[in-house]
Amino acid sequence: MATTSIAVTETPLVLTLLRRADDALVLGHRLSEWTGHAPTLEEELALPNIALDLIGQARALYQYAGELSGHDEDQLAYLRDAAAYRNCLLVEQPNGDFARTIARQMLYTAFIDPFWRAATASTDATIAAIAGKAEKETAYHLRHAGEWLVRLGDGTEESHRRAQDAVDWLWPYTGELFESDAAEQQMIAAGVLPDPATLRDAWDRTMEALLTRATLHRPSDGWAQTGGRRGVHSEHLGTLLAEMQILQRTYPGARW
Amino acid sequence: MTTKPGTQQDTQKDAPSASKTVTPLWEVFIRARDGLAHRHVGSVHAADATMALSAARDVYTRRGEGLSIWVVPSAAITASDPADKAMLFEPTGSKIYRHPTFYEVPDEVGHI
Repeated sequence: MATTSIAVTETPLVLTLLRRADDALVLGHRLSEWTGHAPTLEEELALPNIALDLIGQARALYQYAGELSGHDEDQLAYLRDAAAYRNCLLVEQPNGDFARTIARQMLYTAFIDPFWRAATASTDATIAAIAGKAEKETAYHLRHAGEWLVRLGDGTEESHRRAQDAVDWLWPYTGELFESDAAEQQMIAAGVLPDPATLRDAWDRTMEALLTRATLHRPSDGWAQTGGRRGVHSEHLGTLLAEMQILQRTYPGARW
Repeated sequence: MTTKPGTQQDTQKDAPSASKTVTPLWEVFIRARDGLAHRHVGSVHAADATMALSAARDVYTRRGEGLSIWVVPSAAITASDPADKAMLFEPTGSKIYRHPTFYEVPDEVGHI
C-alpha cells in the first residue's frame, strides 16, 4: 500500500549500508543540480556522469538494505525524513561555486575511493560486489576532482582564492568521515566493511600531495562538525530532500 | 595557404579570450575496438592534455564507445585549403581504373 513515510528498523548492517547509500545519493543529487548550470559543456557532462555513478551506487546499497529491512529502494530514498538520513554533513553542503563543488568532491572521494577498494575484501559477497563496481567509478572521480583542484589552485589569482576558500570552508566537515559507532564497529569486526578510521592516513597523504600540487595550504585539523551519521543534519539537507521527495510525498506510489 | 580546423569554433561570441587562451581546443579521436583505427569524433575545450583526455572521456565515451582516446591540440593540425579542392582532388575523378571494379572474378573462386 502506498505510504508517505516509512520507519526503518536499523540493524547494524542496515544502518551501515544506509550511511554509505545516503552519502552517495545526497552527493549524487547535489551534483545533479549542476545540470544545465555547469561552467562548460565538458563539465555539463562530467558532473552528471559522476552523479549517475553515485546514484547507481546508492541504488545497489538501498536494494540490499531494502531486502534486509522490508522496503524497496525508492521508499528508502523518498520516504525518510532528514532525521532518518545517515549521510555525513560534508556531502549535503550546497554546491557553492565550481571550486566548492570540486573541493567537496575531492575531500569525499579521497576517503570513499580507498574505502570501496578495501571493501572489495568484504566477508559479505553482496557488499564485495558493490564495492568492486564502485571502486572503478570512484577512481575516476578522484582523478577528475583532483586534476580540477590542481588547475584551480594553481590557476589564476581568483581561482586560487576560490579554491582555498572552498577547502577552508569544507575542512571542518571531513573529520566525520572517519567516525564509527558501536553498531558499525560490529560490522567492522565481522569484516563486512572497513573501519573508516584506518583510512585516515591514506586520506591525509592523498590530500597533502594534492594540496601541495595545487599550491593550496592545508587547513589545520581543529574542531570537527559531526552528527550526520545519527540524523543530526545541517539545514541544507531538509531543503534538498524537500525537492527530491516532493513527488512521492505528494502522490504516494506515483509511477511513470 | 592553410587553415586550422577549429578556428571557427574558437571564435565563440561569449568567451573568446577564455576559450582560446585558457582552454584551447583539442581534437578527439576514439578507437572503438581492438584492431580498428582511432577515428575523429569531435573536439573539447580543456586547459591541457590531461584535462582534455578527461573531458573527451566524459563527452564522447558515455555509451561505451571506446577503448582508447587520443587528443591532439587543434592548433597542431595543418589542414588543406578548401580553395585548393579543384587542384588537389578533381584530377582523380577521371581515373576510374583505380577502382577495383574492372576485374572479372572466375566463378570457381567463390567468395574471397
